[in-house]
Amino acid sequence: MNVAVAIQDIHRDALPSASEAGPAPKRIVVAYGFWIFLLSDIVMFSALFAAYAVLVRATAGGPTGAQLFNQASAAIETACLLASSFTCGLMSLAVGSRRRAATYFLAVVTFVLGAAFLALEIREFADMIARGATPQRSAFLSAFFALVGCHGLHVAAGLVWLAVMMAQVAIKGFRASVERRLFCFALFWHALDIIWVALFTVVYLMGVLP
Amino acid sequence: MNLLGKLSWSAVPFDQPIVMFATALMVVTIVGVVGWVTLKGYVPYLWREWITSVDHKRIGVMYIVLALLMLLRGFTDAIMMRAQQAAAAGGVQGYLPPEHFDQIFSAHGTIMIFFMAMPFVIGLMNFVVPLQLGVRDMAFPTLNSVALWLTASGILLTNISLAVGEFAKTGWVAYPPLSELQFSPGVGVDYYLWALQISGIGTLMTGINFVATILKTRAPGMGYMRMPVFCWTALASNLLIVAAFPVLTATLAMLLLDRYLGFHFFSVDAQGNPMMYVNLFWVWGHPEVYILVLPAFGIFSEVIATFSGKPLFGYRSMVAATMVICVLSFLVWLHHFFTMGASADVNGFFGVMTMIIAVPTGVKVFNWLFTMYGGRVRFTVPVLWSIGFMVTFVIGGITGVLMAVPPADFQLHNSLFLVAHFHNVIIGGVVFGVLAGFNYWFPKAFGFTLDERWGRRSFWCWLIGFYLAFMPLYVLGLLGMTRRMQHYDNVDWQPWLLLAAVGVAVILAGIVCQIVQLVVSIRAREELRDVTGDPWNGRTLEWSTASPPPAWNFAVLPHVAERDTYWVSKKLARAKDGPPTPARGYEPIEMPKNSAIGFVTAFFAVVTGFALIWHIWWMAALGVVGAFVTLLVFAFRDREEFEIAADKIAQFDRGHQAEVAL
Repeated sequence: MNVAVAIQDIHRDALPSASEAGPAPKRIVVAYGFWIFLLSDIVMFSALFAAYAVLVRATAGGPTGAQLFNQASAAIETACLLASSFTCGLMSLAVGSRRRAATYFLAVVTFVLGAAFLALEIREFADMIARGATPQRSAFLSAFFALVGCHGLHVAAGLVWLAVMMAQVAIKGFRASVERRLFCFALFWHALDIIWVALFTVVYLMGVLP
Repeated sequence: MNLLGKLSWSAVPFDQPIVMFATALMVVTIVGVVGWVTLKGYVPYLWREWITSVDHKRIGVMYIVLALLMLLRGFTDAIMMRAQQAAAAGGVQGYLPPEHFDQIFSAHGTIMIFFMAMPFVIGLMNFVVPLQLGVRDMAFPTLNSVALWLTASGILLTNISLAVGEFAKTGWVAYPPLSELQFSPGVGVDYYLWALQISGIGTLMTGINFVATILKTRAPGMGYMRMPVFCWTALASNLLIVAAFPVLTATLAMLLLDRYLGFHFFSVDAQGNPMMYVNLFWVWGHPEVYILVLPAFGIFSEVIATFSGKPLFGYRSMVAATMVICVLSFLVWLHHFFTMGASADVNGFFGVMTMIIAVPTGVKVFNWLFTMYGGRVRFTVPVLWSIGFMVTFVIGGITGVLMAVPPADFQLHNSLFLVAHFHNVIIGGVVFGVLAGFNYWFPKAFGFTLDERWGRRSFWCWLIGFYLAFMPLYVLGLLGMTRRMQHYDNVDWQPWLLLAAVGVAVILAGIVCQIVQLVVSIRAREELRDVTGDPWNGRTLEWSTASPPPAWNFAVLPHVAERDTYWVSKKLARAKDGPPTPARGYEPIEMPKNSAIGFVTAFFAVVTGFALIWHIWWMAALGVVGAFVTLLVFAFRDREEFEIAADKIAQFDRGHQAEVAL
């Protein structure tokens, strides 16, 4: 009996568990909310992936993935995007240690690599359209352009965001709100990488299987 | 190249007297309200205190105002449909031509689900959840305002379709190939798609906001197992929003690509797959019904515990049941189209899953019953709604399980039996729930209770009207009448449809009672005033602060030591025989600044949406640029918060304590 009471008292006096600690600091809440957004974004992509998987054989007599995809180009695109994720990570470190010049430099590298990815993708699209493989040609091509194009739109939005963030660093400095946004940007940029890895596998690798 | 795209004067249906009357009514109402507000000089007040407000309570109230307005709009559609079907038997064609009737049932479904039920539920969550969690605002207050105004944009676009152009004639689900450009060349489907895309973004923002709020910002001591059940159901509902709404966004985007750029996702040619739309739509659509009904379950849990004077029976099982429903709701979508022709195994799986999801719901019903058992139940208006819900919802649930049997569904699919079933669960569950919540939390929002007499009258009219209106539809469904019929040859059906029309008239009486209730209560607000902030002897934290709560909700953040923490603290205070007023240390509070970004973004969203619907490309570009510049201006603003001085808070709090003590 006494032992039980004692145990209960110990429990009472112990520090509150994390779930009872009260409202989290803003930094945590913002990052957490952004994670939730990223999850929802990935759910949206999963719908596009599902559509692609359903329609991948629906070529309506038109070209198939094996006939269209240029794996060398896709490999370079992948390299650009993965490298930009790495430089984005370095940029986060530079932000953390308040090194302004390094932040700008790494942001520019990230931007250039992202823009190179986008340019290669646009070239690939233009090339396909020139060969008559337009999204209007078949359900397969509709799904392809929507899935890959949606990722491309995300990358483009990321580039705009990065440019705006550099302006914010220049004008406002590393204040708390700017730092939070830079952190969210980094999360976003890495998430696009994760989606691209899935996309590269499902579209470009599995797409050329016999 | 036309500067106004497809838009011309022929878009306004001058030749249709019914539409023109409705349009005139709408325009006169809007002009009247705006004119009255301007003449009275209320615009600066509205702008400062409401339109730019980022206060979750104000935003909640605005959501509910939108929902009530849309309830009237959607219900008007219902009356027109019932009147048409009551008349249009045999040789009589009724007063609505098919193309108008088709728009009405599509608008009715779209408005009731997206613009009545959703805003009502989200509005109640907005108002209540931060108060129940014992915190000062949502995780992202400004995002909350943007979400509200984007929802309002979708609502506005839908209503513009009444006057300019047309609405979808495809039903609220807009299945292709009918909804493809080839078969629906008008702007109706485009109105539907853009209205839902814009408001859908708002809903997703709301979902993210609530998940972050509930999981990351709770009063000190409020562990998960101490959260009020309404917060749990709100969490489940918003997790579903986050997981399901992106699917709807993607699906509607695919249909938009089909219609605008000639893609072939769902077309009948080039090997598009229309059934894929149906699958994707219901991957969102089935969780959506739980997005709506789970918060209603939460409301009933609060209402029944409060008015039974007992803790909720089986709190943990209630939480578990909520989360089980949350997960299972993603595993039943195929029961909406057993007739697709999937294999017997697939249909069997989804049939069994559908029956299984009824089990946690059953658990909840027993929990409510056991909460009432042995309690001193006060039969207030919210309790009446709750009891009406339990009876009605169980009937609706049973008919749902009946249709979960694939062979039975093959007979009942798309019949009025189905229409009766989902109205049975949505009216009996969601509408009764939000009306219970409306009556229950109204005094918290405005500081006076609602008139009980008119509340009771409204309830009885709704309840009796509901049974009169929808039980005949079950019979008609079994007799073989399909849904969405503008005219039918079988005159044997007519008596049942006349009965259903009478039912709708009785529901109308219920709605009128509700309006009277509001007017009577506002007039008698001094007699109905509640100064304690706790008119029902409540159990949860929202009742521990003043009514209406100050902008900062709580002068000092409450410390939570157990479930039903306010109830327990009241009991402890009584036991100590003194008022629970330990000296409170007041500190200045940082509150988020008001922001016009929500309203301005919504303005540009309407411009963009309208331009895209009518193919006015320059205007669409202008709208997008406008929204982006708005975002930039917001991102570069310097001060995000302002401080409320400690003595101002202390003054308010002492005033409230003194009122309570009196």
